[in-house]
Parts: sequence; structure tokens; C-alpha cells
Amino acid sequence: MPETAIEVRNITKKFGVHTEHEVTALDDVSISIKDNEFFTLLGPSGCGKTTLLRLIAGFEYSTRGQILLYGENLIGLPPQKRPINTVFQHYALFPHMTVAENVAFPMKMLGKDDGETKKAVNEKLELVKMQDFANRKPGQLSGGQQQRIALARALAPHPKVLLLDEPLSALDLKLRQEMRTELKNLQRETGITFIFVTHDQVEALTMSDRIAVMSVGKIQQRGCPTEIYEKPNNRFVADFIGETNLLEATVSKVEGNDIFCKLSDNIILKGEGETGKNVGDPVTLAVRPEKIALSPISEQTEGSFTGKINNSIYLGTDTTYIISVNGKSELASVEQNSAVGKVRFKIGDEVCINVADNAIRILED
Amino acid sequence: MEPAKREATKRWLGISPAVLVIFIFMVIPICIMAVYAFLEANPYGGVRPHFTLDAFIQFFFEYDFDDNLVFNSAYLNIYWRSFVLAFFTTVLCLLIGFPTAYYIAMQPTNKKNMLIFLVTIPFWTNLLIRTFSWILILRDYGVINNILLGMGVIDKPLTLLYTNGAVLIGLVYTYIPFIVLPIYATVEKLDLRLLEAAHDLYANRRQLMSKIILPLTAPGIIAGGILVFIPSLGAFIAPNLLGGGKKLMIGSLIQLQFASSRNWPFGSAAALFLMAAVLIAMMIYLLGPARKTDLGENAG
Ligand SMILES: Nc1ncnc2c1ncn2[C@@H]1O[C@H](COP(=O)(O)OP(=O)(O)OP(=O)(O)O)[C@@H](O)[C@H]1O
Ligand SMILES: [Mg+2]
Repeated sequence: MPETAIEVRNITKKFGVHTEHEVTALDDVSISIKDNEFFTLLGPSGCGKTTLLRLIAGFEYSTRGQILLYGENLIGLPPQKRPINTVFQHYALFPHMTVAENVAFPMKMLGKDDGETKKAVNEKLELVKMQDFANRKPGQLSGGQQQRIALARALAPHPKVLLLDEPLSALDLKLRQEMRTELKNLQRETGITFIFVTHDQVEALTMSDRIAVMSVGKIQQRGCPTEIYEKPNNRFVADFIGETNLLEATVSKVEGNDIFCKLSDNIILKGEGETGKNVGDPVTLAVRPEKIALSPISEQTEGSFTGKINNSIYLGTDTTYIISVNGKSELASVEQNSAVGKVRFKIGDEVCINVADNAIRILED
Repeated sequence: MEPAKREATKRWLGISPAVLVIFIFMVIPICIMAVYAFLEANPYGGVRPHFTLDAFIQFFFEYDFDDNLVFNSAYLNIYWRSFVLAFFTTVLCLLIGFPTAYYIAMQPTNKKNMLIFLVTIPFWTNLLIRTFSWILILRDYGVINNILLGMGVIDKPLTLLYTNGAVLIGLVYTYIPFIVLPIYATVEKLDLRLLEAAHDLYANRRQLMSKIILPLTAPGIIAGGILVFIPSLGAFIAPNLLGGGKKLMIGSLIQLQFASSRNWPFGSAAALFLMAAVLIAMMIYLLGPARKTDLGENAG
């Protein structure tokens, strides 16, 4: 079992204590991040991601709780004494130093000799493919190039943990996609534990080994990308990650882990998830649009139900259909346009709706 | 007209007011001064239109009893003492002004504006009066001596007034706002996130100061240094009042030539020497550190 790199234990952080503007930025947050893991903190703006990173880096002190680095308590250690480096969202490159001097900075501060410093600088610049820019000033670089330098600089002293606060958010879409792969590769090559902060779910799903989804200062769910996407625990996670259909239903039968829910007039769906529900309880169901398949009304199969196409949105590779069921609940279904033998539906068509097995999640309230 | 030419004409028209002001208030006076330096003095003030090098000769030589020209270092000594005093004034102003400006810039906005306002308050009162009040503080039975006597630290008054130290205090007092303001302006623009980044990258407080804060605020420090050094070199109020007028500084020397001595050519020559000295000092100040640490490039 891999060692725990960072352990966040019951951290609470309040700003403006004893003033009228008291804000609880983090509320009893616990996370353990494994050695050599690409861990992502995902959540909407203002949920406390940056605050958590700043606590780990040492820029803020917690109101309650502890942070351990490989079992050692970090409390009271200033940032310069923590073997943890940060890649800032705004890069924070020193404008009066060249690229090479920027990357050499942490090595010099640690008192490394010139040979070692030079070696680290060359190595890290090569790693981010910026060797040719060593003598430029940060002001003469594009945003993406500055980002790479910030990365090289933070990696140069080979920290135990690297913190990245939305490092890709200032880049254009194309560059962002390239950098996702590069960052992931970089993490594998260096073997350094990465804690990555983002509010972009695609970024989180594509890069991470594990994700913690946050909302208003609390961890909503932790897990690997597939778990987070396929098995959301609650409404917030289901809604925040990807597209999802949320349906209100009542429990009609409970059989072990399978819970049968009545959507409306005789439409019974089998779901899994939050147990401890009894017959008659109201529940919220979540179904991903791509788990809903449509077929012509003539091909009705067992377990399917019918609906009417209200709208169809063409998206190139896919088409999204909005379907009304019994004239009230609205469902979205995504169908791939390239799939063989697919019938295209028109607005107003009656269709037969099939929900894939195990695709329905019953959410916590 | 071709468009490029028209552009050039427009640009010239645009800067012409500035050029005019510089010409009227700087170039013409300097020319007059340069011309006067080569003319004969009129004992009743002004000059007689005869070319002579008397003023320059007087600067370096004097006539002994036998009417021979011998080297005289009196005026050079005045220049030297002025330089030393101006240098220490600048250093002290920097040592006091930088932490002050830094502290002010790090305060919350309201407090910051309030403190900057306080820094400018001395400008509301005439410099002469403010310098006189230093006499009250420094004289034999003035504020400082009375306090020390009262506390029993000393049993006879210290000679504070009419010393180089008093001149230095007066100069530092006079010029310190001129160094606080430009440094404040650069520290205020300092990106605090860079300081956090430096800490994150293992810089301790001392390294933070020497590697990040000082280089990034260098433009303000240089500007403030110049604003203190040049005027204190030519100052005459503090040297006259607090130095007792016995230990002349350049400013007092020049002022004397135009007032009681009525030797305008010599005053002009002394002023020209001062200008040359300032230019040389500025070149050393600006080119020296700029070449070594590349500050010049970052100043922009
Ligand atoms: N220094 C501070 N003083 C007062 N409140 C603060 C401070 N820093 C953060 N907060 C508050 O704490 C909460 C969390 O802020 P934080 O910066 O951690 O959010 P975030 O998840 O990083 O958001 P974003 O995605 O927009 O960067 C916010 O409500 C914010 O207003
Ligand atoms: Mg943030």
C-alpha cells in the first residue's frame, strides 16, 4: 500500500474571525493524498480550493485541524521550510530575472552549488521544452511559455509535493488540451505527488488518479474519475460533473441493493446508490444522457417506456434529444451520429426509451 | 505633404510646449551663466563685458603676499565637504525612507492614504521656518539638551548646533519626503504574489529583501536618491542656519557671490563646477549599478 504524502485532518479555516464578515472557507475537511498520486481538487469558484492549497503551502494558518507531510506535522513551518512548491495561477515569475535565473532561484536559495544548479536548470528547461528561451525575460514570453517556466521553476528543487492552482485556466483551449497530457506525463516522469486545483471537470476527469469534489468548504465526494462520474453520491456531484438527468421519483420496492423507483404512471426504474430508503420515500435519480438509448416506437422492448421528442440539438459527433415523458418529466439523451443503423428522430416523434443497466443512481439528499 | 512627414511635423508640434519650457527655463539661464563666468566682475553687482578667466583662476588659486599665484584648495574643500554631506544625507534618507515607505505601502488603503498625507504635511510650512525650529531643538539650552540635562545624562550642554551633524540632520529632515514618495510609489506597485512565490521557493526574509524587493523597487530608490542628492548638494538654508555659515557648502558659497560678495562671474563659475560635478556623480550612480545588475533594463 502506497505511503500517504499529504494528510489533511479535520481542517477548518475561517477568515475574518470576530468580525461581521466571518467566512468559513473550509469546514472540517479531511483528505489523504497518496505518494506519487495525481490528485485533483475540483469545485466551483469560491468553494475553498485555493484556501486549501495555501494552507498546505504554508501561506495561511488553519483555524482548526492539522496537515501532515509523510506523517510529519507541518503546523508552524513557514513556506520556505516546507519541501512543497506551488505553480501559481498567475505564474508569479520574477520579472527582473531571466528564465534561467528564475529556474535557478530555488536552487540558489537552498544553497546548492553552481554545478548542481546549472544541471537542474538545464534538466527542467528541457523537461518543459524551453531550453531555447533560457536567456529571455518572462515579459518576452507568451502565457503558455510562462506557464512552462513556472512549472520548471517549481520542479527544479524536486519538491515532495507540487501544488498547482488552476495553472491552465489562462491558456486557450488548444494549448490547455496539450498541457493536460503534458502535465500528466510530467507527473509520471518525475514521480512527484501533484495536487491540482481546477473548476474544469474535463481537466479533472482526464488527468487525475483521484478527485475530491468540493462545494462551499466541504468535500462532497472522493474517488477515481470513473467513480466520480459514474457513481455520484449526491445531487451536487451529479450536477457539477458532466451532463445529467435528475428525476424525482418514489421508492416502490427495495430488494437488497436494488431499489425500484416509480417515476410516474407505471414507469418503474431500478437504481442503486443511497441505501436506507424505504418504500414510499421520495428520491432523486440521476442518469447520464449517454446511458439513455432511443429506438423507434415499433421496436419497443421489455423494460422500456415511451416519450415524445421535444427538441433535437445537433452537436457534430452527437445529437442531443430532449424528450418529454408523459408530458411532464424532461429527459436528455445523447446519441452518437456515427453509430451504425441509427435512426434520426424528428421533433414530435414518439420514441421508445431504454435506460442502460446500472445507469441509474439514487442520490443522497 | 507625405503622410510620414506630416506625422513627424505633428509629433514636433506635440512636444513643442515642453521644448519651449526647457529652452526658456533651462537652456537660456545656463547659457547666461556660462557667459557670465567668462566676464569681469562689476563691484556693484552684475558684470562688465570684458573676457577674462579670473573666475576660474580664483577657484583654484590665490595670490600670496608677493602677488604670485599659488594653489588654493579652500573652494575644492567646500565642494568636497558638500559632496560628503550630500552623500551621507542620501544614505540616511534611504535608510530611514525605505522602511518608512515600505511600511506605509503595506497598510490598508485608508491608512495608507492617511500616512502619505502626513508625509506631505511639512510642505505646508515654509522651509526657512522649519529649519529655524531645528535651531530651537539643537541649541545649547534647546529641547534635546534640556531633556538630557533634566534626565541627568549630561551635566553640561552638548554642542549640537553649528556642526556638520546639525547640517546633516537639517538636510535629512528637509529632503526625506522626496525619497519616501518615489519609493512608496514603486513598493505600492510591487506584486505581493511575487513575495509569496519567493517564500515558496525557499527564500528567507533577508534573501527576499535582497533578491526580490530591492531589485524590483530599484527605480524608486534611484529616483529618490537623485531627488535627495542633487538638491542637498546645492542646499544653502540648512547649511547656513544650522552650520552657522562658517562651514560653507556649495549652495552658500554660490549664494554669497551673488549677494554680499557681488562677484557674479565667480558665482557662475562655481555653479558651472557644481553642474559638472552633479553630472559626473549621476553618471557614476546610474551606470555603475545598472551595468552590474541590469537594473536599468528593468526600470522601464
Ligand atoms: N483572505 C481572505 N479573506 C477573507 N475571505 C477570504 C480570503 N480568502 C478567501 N476567502 C473566502 O474564502 C472562500 C474560498 O475562497 P478560495 O479562494 O479558496 O476559493 P476557490 O475555490 O479557490 O475559488 P476560485 O475557483 O474562484 O479560485 C471564498 O468565499 C472567499 O471569499
Ligand atoms: Mg482559487
